[in-house]
Amino acid sequence: MKKEKIIEGLLKFSALVTILTTVGILYVLLSESIAFFREVSIWEFITDKEWTPLFVNKHFGIMPLVAGTLLTTFIAISVALPIGITIAIYLSEYAHKRFKKIVKPLLEILAAVPTVVYGFFALTVVTPFLQSIIPSMSGFNALSAGIVMGIMIIPYVSSLSEDALSAVPKELRNGSYAMGSTRLQTAFKVMVPAASSGIIVSVILAFSRAIGETMIVAIAAGQQPRLTMNPLVPIETITAYIVQVSLGDVQHNSIEYKTIFAAGITLFIFTFILNNIGFYIRKKYREQYE
Amino acid sequence: MNNSQINRLKDKTFNYFGIFCTLIGLVILAFFIGSIFYDGLRRIDWDFLTSLPSRKAEKAGILTAWVGSIWIVIFTFIIVVPLGISAGIYLEEYAKKSRLSSLIEVNISNLAGVPSIIYGLLSLEIFVRLFGMGNSILAGSCTLALLVLPIVIVATGEALKAVPHSIRAASYALGASKWQTVWEQVLPASFGGILTGVILAISRAVGETAPLIVIGALLYVPFTPSSPMDEFTVLPIQIFNWISRPQHEFTTNAAAAIIILLLITFIMNGVAVYFRNKWQKKINW
Repeated sequence: MKKEKIIEGLLKFSALVTILTTVGILYVLLSESIAFFREVSIWEFITDKEWTPLFVNKHFGIMPLVAGTLLTTFIAISVALPIGITIAIYLSEYAHKRFKKIVKPLLEILAAVPTVVYGFFALTVVTPFLQSIIPSMSGFNALSAGIVMGIMIIPYVSSLSEDALSAVPKELRNGSYAMGSTRLQTAFKVMVPAASSGIIVSVILAFSRAIGETMIVAIAAGQQPRLTMNPLVPIETITAYIVQVSLGDVQHNSIEYKTIFAAGITLFIFTFILNNIGFYIRKKYREQYE
Repeated sequence: MNNSQINRLKDKTFNYFGIFCTLIGLVILAFFIGSIFYDGLRRIDWDFLTSLPSRKAEKAGILTAWVGSIWIVIFTFIIVVPLGISAGIYLEEYAKKSRLSSLIEVNISNLAGVPSIIYGLLSLEIFVRLFGMGNSILAGSCTLALLVLPIVIVATGEALKAVPHSIRAASYALGASKWQTVWEQVLPASFGGILTGVILAISRAVGETAPLIVIGALLYVPFTPSSPMDEFTVLPIQIFNWISRPQHEFTTNAAAAIIILLLITFIMNGVAVYFRNKWQKKINW
């Protein structure tokens, strides 16, 4: 009996490691950011329009990094959202079962390719291609990084949205057909509204994934924090800044070192809020039809 | 054309648009991969796999990178498999519906959504500095193990859930203890699902770059590691290093290294899908 208790204890400890991880993340981010905010006021952090901690004339305004992050994310979402939702509707309302069975795992490949590979695509294929159309575009820019990131997150949108559409009861679809609707009318006037909460969740989670994406933007979007919505010039995202500092030779406990934690906690807050809105919506509407 | 004909036309058009959208991502990816093979395939030879990195692109190889990746994978596996499966077993078989267990479950889905670079920051402070591991293979493996832990826990949970209750009841009826039931009956029955999760987790770890850069994995390592406390580099970081160089010859090297990385990733994912299908067919309780 004692052995059983010991085993249960070990198993429980393993489960608690996940809690320890979260506590560790919060502790590390908070303690280093608090040290950072002893030297830089939160007001400056939020309102200053320049981010130049690595220069002689230091400014600590997070806005340019947040702007860069949101810009690449919006581009990615505007690629992934229409394509992902169309795929979901097509697979659940139009496609043959066999086609669906083959295509779904293939789409998952898009999310399985390592992100450093996507960064390479963005820099060496997409940017030169776009430059041949828009000659004024820089070698590093938000547009290529955003587009490639959008391709990567297509399966995040399509697979969760498709699950949501499949969860809608058959009766609703049949009811619509019985009234003489086409598949298209049924899809957009009945199925999509009925599955809207699940579709919204898929978009929120894809959004959160895009905000936290690192290698694509570090490789293809540049390292110049800039408060702009122009997708053709080099920018810098929060994640790319953390990579940039990590690659350099920064002294532990210096203000430059602390900036990556201040940037990190900003990133964490964004994704944490988005993920929890997602979970909340999913939980609230999950049992709607049961 | 009357209204219903227009509607039918729209319906048909959307059908083709749907096929187009479904295939466009895959076609673009295929084009990307094709162009990489075109660039990099001729660069892959025995020397490329067995040479140390070098300032001269044509002499540089990926020996330290793939040896580093193998070290990292082995230690990540050793850490994450017992931890993830145990946690999955606890949550599915042992934990009562309490506030703690639901807290752990919410927490796991939250962790799965934390950007990988944040795990790098966590490890930089905890493993690298506090535990004094430095920028070693061990620190890198601990980082990646925590990163992919939710994947293994969730996969284990799903696999255990799929084992019907009657199996457990039969085992108890024969006088087996709880652990005997889990170890002798439930775990073997859910082996396929757990294995799939573990392979997917490891495949994810192989491709990770950002958290390892944050903990200080090196861009240039002129030796192959010989112990878990050694400094290291991995394939994705080697690729990143070559991409960041302006000379075109290094781009070719990056393409060649990407072919190796993609082969590893695709083979692992293929094996995982194969096991999942095989296992799903087998269990018809």
